[in-house]
Amino acid sequence: MTKIVVAVKYVPDATADRTFTSDNTVDREGVDGLLSELDEYAVEQALQVVEAGEGEVTVVTVGPDDAADAVRKALQMGADAGVHVVDDSIAGSDAFATSLVLAKAIEKLEYDLVFFGMASTDAGMGVVPTLVAARLGLPAVTFASEVTVDGDTVKIRRDGDAATQEIEATGKIVVSVTDQTGEARYPSFKGIMAAKKKPIDEWSLADLGVEASEVGQDNAWTAVESYEPRPPRTAGEIVTDEGDGGTKLVEFLASKKFV
Amino acid sequence: MSEVLVLIDAPEGKVTKPSLELLTLARRIGEPSAVVFGSEVPSQLAEYGAEKVYQLDDAVYGEYLVAPKAEALTQLVADKSPAALLVPATTEGKEIGARVALATESGLITDAVDVTVAGDTVTTTQSVFAGNFTVDAKVTQGAPVIAVKPNSTSPEAASAAGTVEAVSFDVTDAGKGAKITSSKPKEASGRPELTEAAIVVSGGRGTGGDFSEVEALADSLGAAVGASRAAVDSGWYPHSFQVGQTGKVVSPQLYVANGISGAIQHRAGMQTSKTIVAVNKDEEAPIFELVDFGVVGDLKTVLPQATEAIVARKG
Ligand SMILES: Cc1cc2nc3c(=O)[nH]c(=O)nc-3n(C[C@H](O)[C@H](O)[C@H](O)COP(=O)(O)OP(=O)(O)OC[C@H]3O[C@@H](n4cnc5c(N)ncnc54)[C@H](O)[C@@H]3O)c2cc1C
Ligand SMILES: Nc1ncnc2c1ncn2[C@@H]1O[C@H](COP(=O)(O)O)[C@@H](O)[C@H]1O
Repeated sequence: MTKIVVAVKYVPDATADRTFTSDNTVDREGVDGLLSELDEYAVEQALQVVEAGEGEVTVVTVGPDDAADAVRKALQMGADAGVHVVDDSIAGSDAFATSLVLAKAIEKLEYDLVFFGMASTDAGMGVVPTLVAARLGLPAVTFASEVTVDGDTVKIRRDGDAATQEIEATGKIVVSVTDQTGEARYPSFKGIMAAKKKPIDEWSLADLGVEASEVGQDNAWTAVESYEPRPPRTAGEIVTDEGDGGTKLVEFLASKKFV
Repeated sequence: MSEVLVLIDAPEGKVTKPSLELLTLARRIGEPSAVVFGSEVPSQLAEYGAEKVYQLDDAVYGEYLVAPKAEALTQLVADKSPAALLVPATTEGKEIGARVALATESGLITDAVDVTVAGDTVTTTQSVFAGNFTVDAKVTQGAPVIAVKPNSTSPEAASAAGTVEAVSFDVTDAGKGAKITSSKPKEASGRPELTEAAIVVSGGRGTGGDFSEVEALADSLGAAVGASRAAVDSGWYPHSFQVGQTGKVVSPQLYVANGISGAIQHRAGMQTSKTIVAVNKDEEAPIFELVDFGVVGDLKTVLPQATEAIVARKG
């Protein structure tokens, strides 16, 4: 029986026009949100582990009211239960506060393994998994391109820049997975129907014993001072190849001193 | 002048260019002290401004993932109270930085593309939302821990003492949780490193699986080769060459996209490039919205012609 908790984030759609609000935080209202695509890979790996043996997958998210949608999507994919930590004081939290709330929520659940995505698609720091592991005092095997669970041992392959490593850890472990682990499944019709009956628990900071003064924008250890849209690129020159496309390309490169 | 700790990447005793850039940036804040793990202390550290070099030579750092290095750096930060800690924005650098920041209750900035200093205030610049916004941020608690991306500045030589101080710390049992059981070095491609290259030539699904035209053009320009995820997922090119949100983020002087449509996740990895050129059969391809110069045409004929012309010009 393997109990896996998967941390999933509700993020603004990357294909929409993402922007900021007047307090310099990510605009989470003007843009439709969804379950971070990179966290779908974590849900998928957790489901595969459980399907290969016996177990249970619980997804947990920390986020505003709408973030329940991310949990719902994971339940449709096949997760068994969901937890949504929602509290007004959490708005604008940095990675440290998010990792605190997640660690407290995970401690409240029964678990053997904790799965994460490699990075969120909005802030994308890729540090929450290692921070949660540090707070829980657990080993972290991160950026896995392949995960194998064998009893209470987890083996991962990590494709780094300089080397490909094999890493092994035993006991309760925090794992983060990349999009190399394999396509995530789409919810089936049956999955969508079944998800309607699955529970989503709503927890507040008080339920976790976390003080409002430990989280939120005012207590973040970093602050965004200003933001600016990238200046629009000036329209470039486009030519259609009529047998001389390559030559024209090189003429352009030469005019810019690249050749 | 206050001390600034700089975590150095030096595989096989050779300091990476991004690490030399860190030493250069560190001098804006204070006096750089390099931190190196391993048995070698490269002479480049003193040549690029390191007044001190803290050397941590213990096999344990190569035996377990991240945590032992993070524990050691945490100790070092506690002992030296530096004005800042700069780390490379690699997966390992960011993880180490995050853990040190948590343990020392200091704010963390990841993926900075610039670091500026006014008085005591360190401000960082980051590129966010697939490169669509630039953000200035600062750390409001503790000594800033900043993970800096490659090409944030040009490395500037500055000779310094480079006094080596061997330091050692005990690693806790908790730090030995994730054991590295094997490590296979990547084969060198013989081309410039993707994130450091001045020119990147990439291929996508439009190559149809044959990267030879892309590679030939890259070699004529002395460029690195990149690939879209579609090309990587099809098994045409290794994942370590993927450009984009879940691959490498590059910001070269010139980026040439061939047979790549220009999806937002690909743009996330390349749209801050200075000059962008694309070759694509489809004149409606979104990549053309970004380009300084575009050729609507078949890469199978356009690229070989371009390569030939470049080789001819070089004589
Ligand atoms: C969470 C997530 C993360 C992702 N991360 C990344 C990432 O890091 N990097 C990335 O690249 N993508 C990423 N993607 C995928 C991305 O959305 C696109 O699917 C991908 O970039 C498409 O690759 P492509 O442009 O090569 O292929 P396509 O979109 O299929 O485009 C191929 C192009 O080639 C052109 N073409 C075809 N034949 C020729 C020819 N003979 N000559 C010239 N042109 C030709 C076509 O006109 C077309 O425009 C990610 C997606 C998700 C959901
Ligand atoms: N608010 C959140 N709620 C749940 N999980 C999160 C949250 N933020 C980050 N995570 C998890 O941590 C991973 C890395 O996030 P980040 O460090 O923000 O890039 C994500 O892929 C998620 O698995």
